[in-house]
Amino acid sequence: MKIGVPKEIFAGERRVATTPEVAQQLQKLGFGVLVESGAGAESSFSDDAYRAAGCEIATGAEGVWSQADIILKVRGPEEKEVAHLKAGKTLIGFIWPAQNPELLKKLTASGATVMAMDSVPRISRAQKADALSSMANIAGYRAIVEAAQHFGRFFTGQITAAGKVPPAKVLIIGAGVAGLAAIGAAKSMGAIVRVFDTRPEVKEQAESMDAEFLMLDFKDEDGSGQGGYAKVMSEEFIKAEMALFAEQAKDVDIIITTALIPGKPAPRLITAEMVRSMKDGSVIVDLAAEQGGNCELTEAGKVIKTNGVTIIGYTDLPSRLASQSSQLYATNLRHLLTDLTPEKDGNIVVDMEDELIRGATICKDGKTTWPPPAPTLSAAPVKAAAAPAPAPKVEKQPSVLGPIVGMVAAGLALLGLGAVAPPSFMAHFTVFVLACFVGYMVIWNVKPALHTPLMSVTNAISSIIVIGALLQISSSNSLIMWIASGTILITSINIAGGFAVTRRMLEMFRK
Amino acid sequence: MNTAGIVSVSYIIATILFILALGGLSNPETARRGNWYGVIGMTIALVATILGVVTRHYEILLVALLIGGSIGIVLARRVQMTQMPELVAILHSLVGLAAVAVGFANFMDTSVHLAGAEKTIHDIETYLGILIGAVTFSGSIIAFGKLSGRISGSPLMLPARHWLNLLLLLGTFWFGYEFVVQSAAAGGMTPLIIMTVLALLFGIHMVMAIGGADMPVVVSMLNSYSGWAAAATGFMLGNDLLIVTGALVGSSGAILSYIMCRAMNRKFFAVIAGGFGTGGGSSAKGAEDQDQGEVIPIDALETAELLSNAKEVMIIPGYGMAVAQAQHTVFEITKTLREKGVNVRFGIHPVAGRMPGHMNVLLAEARVPYDIVFEMDEINEDFPDVDVSVVIGANDIVNPSALTDPNSPIAGMPVLECWKGKVSIVLKRSMATGYAGVQNPLFFLENTRMLFGDAKTTLDEVLKAL
Repeated sequence: MKIGVPKEIFAGERRVATTPEVAQQLQKLGFGVLVESGAGAESSFSDDAYRAAGCEIATGAEGVWSQADIILKVRGPEEKEVAHLKAGKTLIGFIWPAQNPELLKKLTASGATVMAMDSVPRISRAQKADALSSMANIAGYRAIVEAAQHFGRFFTGQITAAGKVPPAKVLIIGAGVAGLAAIGAAKSMGAIVRVFDTRPEVKEQAESMDAEFLMLDFKDEDGSGQGGYAKVMSEEFIKAEMALFAEQAKDVDIIITTALIPGKPAPRLITAEMVRSMKDGSVIVDLAAEQGGNCELTEAGKVIKTNGVTIIGYTDLPSRLASQSSQLYATNLRHLLTDLTPEKDGNIVVDMEDELIRGATICKDGKTTWPPPAPTLSAAPVKAAAAPAPAPKVEKQPSVLGPIVGMVAAGLALLGLGAVAPPSFMAHFTVFVLACFVGYMVIWNVKPALHTPLMSVTNAISSIIVIGALLQISSSNSLIMWIASGTILITSINIAGGFAVTRRMLEMFRK
Repeated sequence: MNTAGIVSVSYIIATILFILALGGLSNPETARRGNWYGVIGMTIALVATILGVVTRHYEILLVALLIGGSIGIVLARRVQMTQMPELVAILHSLVGLAAVAVGFANFMDTSVHLAGAEKTIHDIETYLGILIGAVTFSGSIIAFGKLSGRISGSPLMLPARHWLNLLLLLGTFWFGYEFVVQSAAAGGMTPLIIMTVLALLFGIHMVMAIGGADMPVVVSMLNSYSGWAAAATGFMLGNDLLIVTGALVGSSGAILSYIMCRAMNRKFFAVIAGGFGTGGGSSAKGAEDQDQGEVIPIDALETAELLSNAKEVMIIPGYGMAVAQAQHTVFEITKTLREKGVNVRFGIHPVAGRMPGHMNVLLAEARVPYDIVFEMDEINEDFPDVDVSVVIGANDIVNPSALTDPNSPIAGMPVLECWKGKVSIVLKRSMATGYAGVQNPLFFLENTRMLFGDAKTTLDEVLKAL
């Protein structure tokens, strides 16, 4: 079968659905690849590069649409593109069937098989084909780059000869894929990053990226919805949340909002009031602009400036990193096509029993197959694997009383001993107690790496008990003399062995 | 010439040298010098005593010294680094035996006459010296047996063992009392011998009941005992050098045990009182029966590929590396990877192996530079940045259930959190559990790969593939 890649005709779209590198791998699956001339120009892939990768180049979209059996696209098809579709052809791209019911009807009517990359189910096996995540990752990164461009200061703090530069404070709302990518980008530029999310389980992920996680103290409410997305929260929660944002807005320089609830308009999180309270020169990047925006003042696709605050509502952030996003998107498509061609013979099999393929297919043979039945694998085990709950750390408060009671008891015992013991014993006892303390002080900071040599050297030293035997060997009692010499024999094994083995070990410790 | 004065001064010098020796041993830079201080101190003490105190039988003394010394040196030369814990344990038993022998000899020596409170105290000292010595002796022998595999490592759980311990302890006290009373009447040999036998039994039973995983603590505890035995002997003989040295060794051993227990998040007393999982045994068994999912095996070639494509590699050695003698291969792999620009580091759990610092000694033997070897606390936070963690024959020290499952017998023990890295490769001979007998959920995680086989053989293959 032949795969066709037309040039994207949506205004401002720079991405392309396959790259020369991916095209080569597609050919290994048995497909022929036909690319419209200039399709990759905007994402820096020339026709020559495609040719070198073994692709055919067609001039004009007509040829691609009529010759190819499988059409790979980024954006959904326009009116004139739909006209080319007929039974037996397959179209893969972002369709957004929920938002475009009209388009879905037309696609169904054409009789072609259409797979929506936005409908790939969120199950672990399907991650390789999850184009939403790979695009969100790019959007999150680009959001920070855009913010940096419109923000008049450094992200990182510096002390220079010309004065102190405070670090930028970035608030990221929504720690999904885009949010996490934004954290990473902002962090690596040196900003102070705070994160808010209604789903408590992402706290660990956010903190693993070294961001500060802002928590609302709502014990019973968990914002995790199906498929790893967030759900709508209760009224009280939203009230507390808004109070938090209002307070943060006064403090931070940059706000990146990524809050989306599937199938619903984006939640309004940043009010006009909050925008007014922000410092001059602050920047808001609204990644939810296409779905209505998280900020009240966002205008989709535009950058506006009000009260000194720049609000960026670009809806084409992935397209602004066209080369990178094309490459990731093309790889997602290739993974999907790999699953579609189990025989690797260049013929696709739309197996409606396969959960991944079933989920992505929105119409087939003139029938609408969207929405798919709910995924059988619930998100719960995936979630558990992704974020193992840290065991609550129970830090025991050391009792102050314990040691004191112990010390008093020890003190009394010593006094009792002192009352009955002869002075010669007390002299020895003083030495003993002091020596214990010296041992304690000397050993306390020993490096764990040296535990073994330390033990073997103390072992060697403890054979000082040989002195006892030496004192006895001159005894006139021959039994004592022989016991003493036996003792000398075994302790000298210990002396020589202990020191020699320690030396051997220490010889090995080197830088 | 005032001989006694010179001997005393020599003892003071020896004492100071011993303190310096212990102090030196707390840092790798000064450790070798520390060992020499110890040797010099011991030599001074010996020479001073032999010249200043001993009056005859020089020839027997020298022969004994020479024979013992040569045996010791041969032992130290011959021993494999992996057998170090056994050697240290058997050497401890010698100190214990010496304490018992000196105690008995001193008791039999009737040339010193004491009376009243002094006599009583002296008897108690003798008794304590022999008691601690005997416990050290038999305990160390059992520890040696367990470490060298001659005795099974699993804890021996006699019924009512705590009562048995208590009974033995009370028995030793009773016979101690009998001994003091009879000794005042110029007798006392019988209770002393019975007490010694009881103490020997006590030592055996105590160590038998301790599981293999707690052996590092036991070895260091016995080390401490051997010190206390020397100190008690010092009291008996009225010899300050013995007292000071014994106290130094005793307290340092006790602190080492404490540090180690803290590293395992276990109460010292709980370790001494008996084996692992005393309370949580049933839940551990329950967890084992659960089907935990499937492991993902990997072969040596894929391992090599993963390693050479990584930027950050963490190697986590455990007892399995010691058993397989794989430390040299590990270092070869490390060297190859570092030449390729891979940052290879070692993460050492404080209780990895069968002896404190066991892994460090093995790695040092293989000439791994110690500045790439890190303690758990130093590197645990770095795991999210690690591309590949290689777990070599370790189990309990990388068990996530220590943190997540409050019913686990090892709950609360700090572990190396390798599962936070991108991929963990676990080298293991089989799916058997570690010393604590706990199943390890790490093996079933999605980002864990299992490389089955003898660590040395598989690592050799990995090295070849690199």
